[in-house]
Amino acid sequence: MSKVEFNKETGPREVFCGLTSIVWLHRRMPDAFFLVVGSRTCAHLIQSAAGVMIFAEPRFGTAILEEKDLAGLADAHEELDRVVNDLIARRPEIKTLFLVGSCPSEVIKLDLATVAEKLNKRFFGQVRFVNYSGSGIETTFTQGEDGALKALIPLMESSNEEKLLLVGTLANNVEDRFKKIFTNLGISNIESFPPRQSTELPKIGKNTKVLLTQPYLSDTVRDLKHRGCEIISAPFPLGIEGSTKWFLAAAKAFKISELKVHEIISPLINRAKLALDSHKEILKGKRLFLLPESQLEISLARFLHNECEMDLIEVGTPYLNKDLMKEEINLLPENTKIVEGQHVEKQLDRVRETNPDLVVCGMGLANPLEAEGISTKWSIEMVFSPIHGIDQAADLAGLFSKPLKRNQILTSKSLVTH
Amino acid sequence: MELTLWTYEGPPHVGAMRIASSMKDIHYVLHAPQGDTYADLLFTMIERRGQRPPVTYTTFQARDLGGDTAELVKKNIKEAVERFKPKTLLVGESCTAELIQDQPGALAKGMGFDMPIVNLELPAYSKKENWGASETFYQLTRTLLKEKVSSSEKISPLRWKELGRRPKVNILGPSLLGFRCRDDVIEIQRILSEQGIDTNVVAPLGASPDDIERLIDAEVNICLYQEIAEASCEWLRRNFGMEYTNTIPIGIKNTIEFINEVHNKLDLPLTNKEELENKSKLPWYSKSVDSNYLTGKRVFIFGDGTHAIAAAKIAKEELGFEVVGLGTYSREMARQVRATAKDLNVEALITNNYLEVEDAMKKAAPELVLGTQMERHSAKRLGIPCSVISTPMHVQDVPARYSPQMGWEGANVIFDDWVHPLMMGLEEHLIDMFKHDFEFVDGHQSHLGHTATNKNNILNSDEKKEKNSKEGIIWTESGRAELTKVPFFVRGKVKTNTEKYAILRGIPEISDETLYDAKAYFS
Repeated sequence: MSKVEFNKETGPREVFCGLTSIVWLHRRMPDAFFLVVGSRTCAHLIQSAAGVMIFAEPRFGTAILEEKDLAGLADAHEELDRVVNDLIARRPEIKTLFLVGSCPSEVIKLDLATVAEKLNKRFFGQVRFVNYSGSGIETTFTQGEDGALKALIPLMESSNEEKLLLVGTLANNVEDRFKKIFTNLGISNIESFPPRQSTELPKIGKNTKVLLTQPYLSDTVRDLKHRGCEIISAPFPLGIEGSTKWFLAAAKAFKISELKVHEIISPLINRAKLALDSHKEILKGKRLFLLPESQLEISLARFLHNECEMDLIEVGTPYLNKDLMKEEINLLPENTKIVEGQHVEKQLDRVRETNPDLVVCGMGLANPLEAEGISTKWSIEMVFSPIHGIDQAADLAGLFSKPLKRNQILTSKSLVTH
Repeated sequence: MELTLWTYEGPPHVGAMRIASSMKDIHYVLHAPQGDTYADLLFTMIERRGQRPPVTYTTFQARDLGGDTAELVKKNIKEAVERFKPKTLLVGESCTAELIQDQPGALAKGMGFDMPIVNLELPAYSKKENWGASETFYQLTRTLLKEKVSSSEKISPLRWKELGRRPKVNILGPSLLGFRCRDDVIEIQRILSEQGIDTNVVAPLGASPDDIERLIDAEVNICLYQEIAEASCEWLRRNFGMEYTNTIPIGIKNTIEFINEVHNKLDLPLTNKEELENKSKLPWYSKSVDSNYLTGKRVFIFGDGTHAIAAAKIAKEELGFEVVGLGTYSREMARQVRATAKDLNVEALITNNYLEVEDAMKKAAPELVLGTQMERHSAKRLGIPCSVISTPMHVQDVPARYSPQMGWEGANVIFDDWVHPLMMGLEEHLIDMFKHDFEFVDGHQSHLGHTATNKNNILNSDEKKEKNSKEGIIWTESGRAELTKVPFFVRGKVKTNTEKYAILRGIPEISDETLYDAKAYFS
């Protein structure tokens, strides 16, 4: 492991909670509904983070706790029952209903597992119920997906069939690309988790080789291991380097030669390098500060340094699983400063002191930093855009070069007055 | 427990944040978990604020719950005070912290600070955003002025005469994330100043705690948004005798009435009465011949109480529309909205469920919707033009240009914003003349890109799906042909009414004649 500087920080944070991940999870599985059991704050959070007003009737909602629900838990369970009944009557097409715990439901110890169990019996054969927590007292942003996937594992049947299982939500087009490449490599049995339909869960067992597409799935990985799955150790498929090593690791697990991998992906690499050049020109030598939010920060830092030649000032992450991130950390330059956790005020002090060229941060901080003359990139865009894989490397770089390029345009005088 | 897919208002602590963020030299320590920081983006993204809201979130986690969360609160308060040095500190909790009962306000008061501390208790499981904003502004006003209550005499609205200066008023209620507040304030100040009236303090928008302490230097309070300021105005009236205005100056008639009300309260002669009619272009634009086509346009209104009531009055009395639906999500203003609806012979819709609003909108078959951002989306789905008149809002409701809703310029803005989504007069006339020509595209509205190719018009697609009604009534060819000649925006209504009529009369097949029979029956 390279000499990377690890720090921990606690204090006031400026991050989303795990409920936010519903925004991409519900799009991934169009036959599922996500019912948050929480407060008006939860409902307001999801709609604000997602800008959901465009939907006619979204496939997520909040059962908002009211005063009478807090008075007695028995009544709250009954009320939740009623809400679920109404919902299923209204949306008969729902196949899986996620009961999502929130800060208030966790604090009053609403037992969603028991509720889900009861509902499973009642709606047997019609709707499946699973529960997990997306609460902000336990989860940050992308960790919500970790909870949702972990909750689905017990529903997955066992099979000893050999397969490659891609774990973590991907944009559909990226997923298709990956599957095509793996097929070309000679891996024929490839499945994804989460699947595109909540009812089409992959079967898993000791011959399942798990390849993670996202770095924030610690709990899911642990449970997959318990089910006998083999976890392929690899960096994450962001950028050319990460994706190449990711393909190589998968190939190795399936005893496919490196030569074969290079043969198939070299044309992609060459094409991607060409596309990356124009972004690299802008990003090269620019100083980057990543605030914690998505857990993608370490992989992004690796990509932006190794392939776009940016200098890393500080790499924040809300949570660090050193084991899962081992391969990534190995690729980081010497003396990279990683900070786990956050004290947002102290961190912003450091931002101002170091005066970076680009800060990756949440939407709440972006405009205030811009107003101070610091260019920013919102981290939420990273989870909404197709950024994985070799073919997307330039697009990923583009997310970071765009604000700098725009800044250049707006501050330069390019037209002569005639 | 209430199933909510989308909510018009946030929780009450977001209301408190609106007050804190609107003001200067204030800091709000909010006992809350990390996810609650999402609220910052409402200000930095929708309002494009270049500053973070002055809020510190204590960020307690599950592992803190077994330990001492009260210590965490105190640590955060101490750090926030040292770092931000506020002149007044607001302390409160969000929904989750309310359950663990650390009483952060009481803790703060025990920490020995010199500055005033406002302890905000905003019940998250029964109240909402506007209530939270109102309560926060009220508690803040009360905290900063309560010591002056006993010592001061009642403030007479005529005091300015004794003091030998121009009369002074406060403008209360404008806040961030309010609808066009930034520009309303400028417009109202301009109008007052023209009438020889000075503005003492505008609050909460742009005010500091010092300004709140100066509120009693004015003679009268202008209550610009009841949702936010009425509680404070009422407290100032009870304790200092300060009178406040009730008229919301949106629209020409209300602006004139507002000016009259202020003059009456101050006993200031109104010398330019005749001029007032001509201050805005709305009366003439509305009278000009092109506007003939506005007569009887069916309009559906939904929004916060203040803007919905004002919109109904303008629609009916100043533009000659027919109000076919009126409602609000502000339960605090339900009584007033009901009263206005009664005057308009419609049933008021008081709800927080946007799907109910969409249903009502569909049933009312309006030609124009005036609503919030959500109604804009609903109207789009139904293929009906819409103008946004109220919060909740979107980044486009904070326009770069000067764009008030109140006063003379506000009336100009309203005329343009409401009329432009409709077909213009002459154009409508021509379309009506040529609509049977083969070039004519149904639903064509030349300047409206989004509806011109609208094949998703709910009324149209409904019709395609079920040529015959659920009750087994058959539409004959002549009946169907006649139905397509009905303007698309009322076609759904005509179809429903004709079927209703057919059932009533036991008519099994609907012909063109049945359509006319039904039309006569329901008119």
